[in-house]
Amino acid sequence: MSKTVLKVTDLVRHYPLPKEKLFSDQRYVYALNGVSFEIKEGSSFGIVGESGCGKSTLARNVMALEETDSGSVQILGNEVVGKSFSELRPLRQHFQMVFQDPYGSLDPHHTVGRIVAEPLTAIDDLSKEERAKRVEEVLSSVGLKPTDAEKYPHEFSGGQRQRIAIARALITRPALIVADEPVSALDVSVQAQVLNLLRDLQDEFGVTYMFISHDLAVVEYLCDEMAVMYLGSVVEKGRTEDIYANPAHPYTRILLDAVPNPASGKKRNRIRLDGGVAGQTERRQGCAFQDRCPMAQDKCRSETPALKSVGGDHIAACHFSDKVSQLGAG
Amino acid sequence: MLLLDVENLNVDLSTAKGPARAVRNLNIQLEKGETLGIVGESGCGKSMTALALMGLLPDNGTATGAIRLGGENLLDKSEAEMCRIRGNRIAMIFQEPMTSLNPVHTIGRQIMEPLRLHRGLDKKDAMEEVVRLLDRVGIPNPSERVRNYPHQLSGGQRQRVMIALALSCAPDILIADEPTTALDVTIQDQILDLIQTLVEEEGMSLVLISHDLGVIAENTQKVVVMYGGTVVESGNTDKIFDELTHPYTQGLFAAMPKVGMGRNKRLTTIPGTVPDLVNLPKGCTFTDRCPIATDACRDTVPAIQDMSSTHQVACHHMQNAITARETGGLYK
Repeated sequence: MSKTVLKVTDLVRHYPLPKEKLFSDQRYVYALNGVSFEIKEGSSFGIVGESGCGKSTLARNVMALEETDSGSVQILGNEVVGKSFSELRPLRQHFQMVFQDPYGSLDPHHTVGRIVAEPLTAIDDLSKEERAKRVEEVLSSVGLKPTDAEKYPHEFSGGQRQRIAIARALITRPALIVADEPVSALDVSVQAQVLNLLRDLQDEFGVTYMFISHDLAVVEYLCDEMAVMYLGSVVEKGRTEDIYANPAHPYTRILLDAVPNPASGKKRNRIRLDGGVAGQTERRQGCAFQDRCPMAQDKCRSETPALKSVGGDHIAACHFSDKVSQLGAG
Repeated sequence: MLLLDVENLNVDLSTAKGPARAVRNLNIQLEKGETLGIVGESGCGKSMTALALMGLLPDNGTATGAIRLGGENLLDKSEAEMCRIRGNRIAMIFQEPMTSLNPVHTIGRQIMEPLRLHRGLDKKDAMEEVVRLLDRVGIPNPSERVRNYPHQLSGGQRQRVMIALALSCAPDILIADEPTTALDVTIQDQILDLIQTLVEEEGMSLVLISHDLGVIAENTQKVVVMYGGTVVESGNTDKIFDELTHPYTQGLFAAMPKVGMGRNKRLTTIPGTVPDLVNLPKGCTFTDRCPIATDACRDTVPAIQDMSSTHQVACHHMQNAITARETGGLYK
């Protein structure tokens, strides 16, 4: 049926830390410890987690913006890991990125037309007229006017700038768009416009999204499938509805509980999480979440839980995933 | 008794394009021990209100009206007098703890500063008090942490230090301007819980400023919704979220993705963007984006009307807005 657009297998990325002493052992930041997932054509895949969990590292590695230690990233069947800059160049039209900050990601010295047309330089065989036509098309599909191509980024508001960034990602007609927190810098009323735009573009062009966000409500609105990351590993993955209805990892459950609810009435009773995300500079035995987990037991300290199915495609890495639903009930 | 009474506060910022009217005719009353939320999008004037209360407006800003703290108008005070009030009777927690702490001083030294200045403690006593405060805000090993620099702490811990700093002189009013926006949800939860507990135990009043309706709903007793520099809706938090009435508030609530709403519904959007504060419409600031606006909205500023004794709305077409709310919403 639908083909796989992105296949990530066992992706590992460890950043070496500067040595404190000349002969001390090399230490690392363990940013990604073997992440695997697949995204089918025309669907949206959400990646959720707190800061420092490796979400953005994952995006950079999928986009081949930095060297990967090991593992494989296949986009439309083409391996991306280990390719040189010039080998990657013709492939880049198939995967594009939208960044978080629409103020930092658009060059203030270039006109919108030039910014949006820039990815086309990876495609050699386009005439000047064709380029101009594509810019016009893509600007109108994100709700901007063709005449906006003459303007500069400072003439636009935050939401409009993010539309420009989306237009730039769309112009090569990519199969995959990696969006790293594309709406978190925007106001609520503007955020809704951009989210709806992303959905419409998917219906219209059949783009596939890898959507990175810390906002669980946004992910629920946009994504078919999702993965929850904690300290460089996927701890839960599955269809969005399944995860929201029956979280099978205590971390997912607590994240969902922590989202403040805009409704009248008193505070909900919920499980709180102590402590912050621990550093990732040590490799430890057992589950990465053991120190903060309200249901951690001896087994969690000695044995690293593997991802296992809790029903269909819904997988979670917890020894006691069947007990998560009882959390906070007693 | 009435602790804080803000009457007809106007804040103008002079810009190259002319005066930007950041806050217009703002009225706020705050009792002792009460918690008030100010909610709105960027540019609605919520941070400028906070800065005006603290007497910390930027050089191009001027405030008129009255801000009465226990009967004294803060706008009449000299800078020297404000220095004795600021940090002592009104304290503030800022959004980004990394930029509001001084990176070249230890956190102990920074928290000591108001203690020595306002409470006249000597170095030794001040340091003891710092350790007690850090312990109070839940920093582990406070006696060792006092020697740390801000970069040695995580974002959540830095915000705890900011809270300790704000608490140091037991202020009457704590102003928290987006205290958790830069933090993860689980940390946000911890910090809001801490602020809530401290406010209750110390009997302080709290002004909590946020763009997040959820944060406001769960942490305040009264709420004020601002748009384009003015209050469009205000009331008691425990009721208002069932009866959001002003077209802007209805739209803001509908535009917000909420956990549990699923993927089948489409988010409603408010067309257009926030108004330019330099060229505000003569009448209601929401006119250009409002689905039920008429000529009257464009020309005359709507008066604040009572929906009930604890719920006020500033809209010419309040009845239409109520009807629309009850029949499926204004935004289709």
